[in-house]
Amino acid sequence: MLTPVSELTYGEEPLLRLGLASRERYGAFAAELAELTGLETGYRTNGIIEVAFDSDDLRHLDDLRRFQESLGIPTEALNGRECRRLEPMLAPGVRGGLLAPEDGSVDPRRLTPALLAAGERLGVRLVRSRVSAVLVENDVATGVRLDDGAEIRADRTLLAAGPWCGDIGGLPDGVVPEVRPVKGQVLRLRTRAPFIQRSTRGIVKGSSIYLVPRADGEIVVGATQEEMGFDTRVTAGGLWELLRDARELLPGVTELDFAEVSAGLRPGSPDNAPVMGPTALPGLYVGTGHFRNGILLTPVSADILAEVLVDGTVPEVGRPFTPERFQTRSGA
Amino acid sequence: MEDVERGEDVERVADTDRLVIAGEELGSRLIMGTGGAPSMQVLREALTASGTELTTVAMRRVDPSARGSVLDVLTGCGIRVLPNTAGCFTAGEAVLTAKLAREALGTNWVKLEVIADEHTLLPDPIELVEAAEQLVDDGFVVLPYTNDDPVLARRLEQIGCAAVMPLGSPIGSGLGIRNPHNIELIVERAGVPVILDAGLGTASDAALAMELGCDAVLLATAVTRAQSPARMAAAMRHAVEAGRLARLAGRIPKRHYAQASSPFEGLATSG
Repeated sequence: MLTPVSELTYGEEPLLRLGLASRERYGAFAAELAELTGLETGYRTNGIIEVAFDSDDLRHLDDLRRFQESLGIPTEALNGRECRRLEPMLAPGVRGGLLAPEDGSVDPRRLTPALLAAGERLGVRLVRSRVSAVLVENDVATGVRLDDGAEIRADRTLLAAGPWCGDIGGLPDGVVPEVRPVKGQVLRLRTRAPFIQRSTRGIVKGSSIYLVPRADGEIVVGATQEEMGFDTRVTAGGLWELLRDARELLPGVTELDFAEVSAGLRPGSPDNAPVMGPTALPGLYVGTGHFRNGILLTPVSADILAEVLVDGTVPEVGRPFTPERFQTRSGA
Repeated sequence: MEDVERGEDVERVADTDRLVIAGEELGSRLIMGTGGAPSMQVLREALTASGTELTTVAMRRVDPSARGSVLDVLTGCGIRVLPNTAGCFTAGEAVLTAKLAREALGTNWVKLEVIADEHTLLPDPIELVEAAEQLVDDGFVVLPYTNDDPVLARRLEQIGCAAVMPLGSPIGSGLGIRNPHNIELIVERAGVPVILDAGLGTASDAALAMELGCDAVLLATAVTRAQSPARMAAAMRHAVEAGRLARLAGRIPKRHYAQASSPFEGLATSG
């Protein structure tokens, strides 16, 4: 989902602005990829509806709407009937909702191959090996060592290993900010008849759920958020929570075909925002900590990191997200 | 001169009036939970602002060996961890979770939660008593999350629980203390610390709990889901201190009619 608006959290206004800046770039970004590779990314811009299941959920959504309005974000408040006019499969009891008309979605499983193909077409050399350590000589990062012992030298090294950043060897203490794995379980269903038109989020008795339709009939149902370290087991409880909430919101969901379950790890920084830019170790840069927003933040992160690596400067839009913010804090 | 000395005494009361649970002293009467915090950084700021020395963590929701977890945040802040059995619906699950926590964290303290259903999150009293008996027998320091039922609270104390933790209202509801009379009854008859746990929404709720005679309060959502968690945490710290001092000070009886604070008799009158 490309939804900076419905991801808004108190205290995370800078992250909202970064998300909006990235969403703005998405149209051109997806078009450029398609032109370069002939691959589609499943990019859709038909808005996101977020609905409240009961009156408690509606109070929560009202609070979110007021917060969005205070920041000048256009959203449209809907009553239950209006929600169901947009998405007739919603449960009759749905109390109300918000439409974020400019939000949308993209398919990560199409986006990633398209990005790799684009890279290769532009002459990027892809080495499919694990990095075991960053090479450091005279307090300067000079490249990486691979699992098989081979070394790749570089003037600038960008560490983008997500929650595994801390496991890369050779790094002096405190150079890379702490990024932890946050587990998410996702369920994929398949429909042959029309089910939902647009990405649908719900707050169901205080817990959050989303369903994202893809053009080929796949419907992604997500996602749990668990602090379980590097655990990627799919659990009965995780799937039950997803299905329980999905069924409350869209009773017809039980008629869909089961396709797949999976569990992945999001890289979470201490303040939930990405960490991008030069580190205290000359020659070493990081790009990680994108947490729940990695796909949304892809175009803006690419722009920021390209400027950091090529010109050596952090563009305005990326300044609140450099690694320095954590160093200052721990030094204070 | 006399006023100055009195002032010093008041400060000393605040410093020396320690909460003691199972023989262990705590400097803060505010016990925190961690659920609902938007980020680890916000959680750290809120816990620091709260001044808490004891914070409870749902053992079913953390991996004790994971880096950068809630447990790391607590360790970094120098706060003692109180594992809890949130998410358990049977005595069997709760006992098992407590034992796993003891093994993982090396503490025999446990906040015992056995929930009846996930919609109200109210305690199941029968499973709670069953689990408490087993854990006390197994050498745990048991702090049970219980209904605001004075009979049940006393039974938990008789079993050997180190404290009782009655709810003010359902978990996360922010409805405050719905039955202050029951809380007073529990306090009056308790020989172990009474910790008001669950339902507090804002600072005045925490102050009320302390004025009613509770020895401490435990809260999470009121802080972690506030617009500014660190500010609300500081507010709660002050409210708990204020409520405690008010309780020790002894409030005035309520009256039907006004009573002037300065006497009318003997006033000078003009011609």
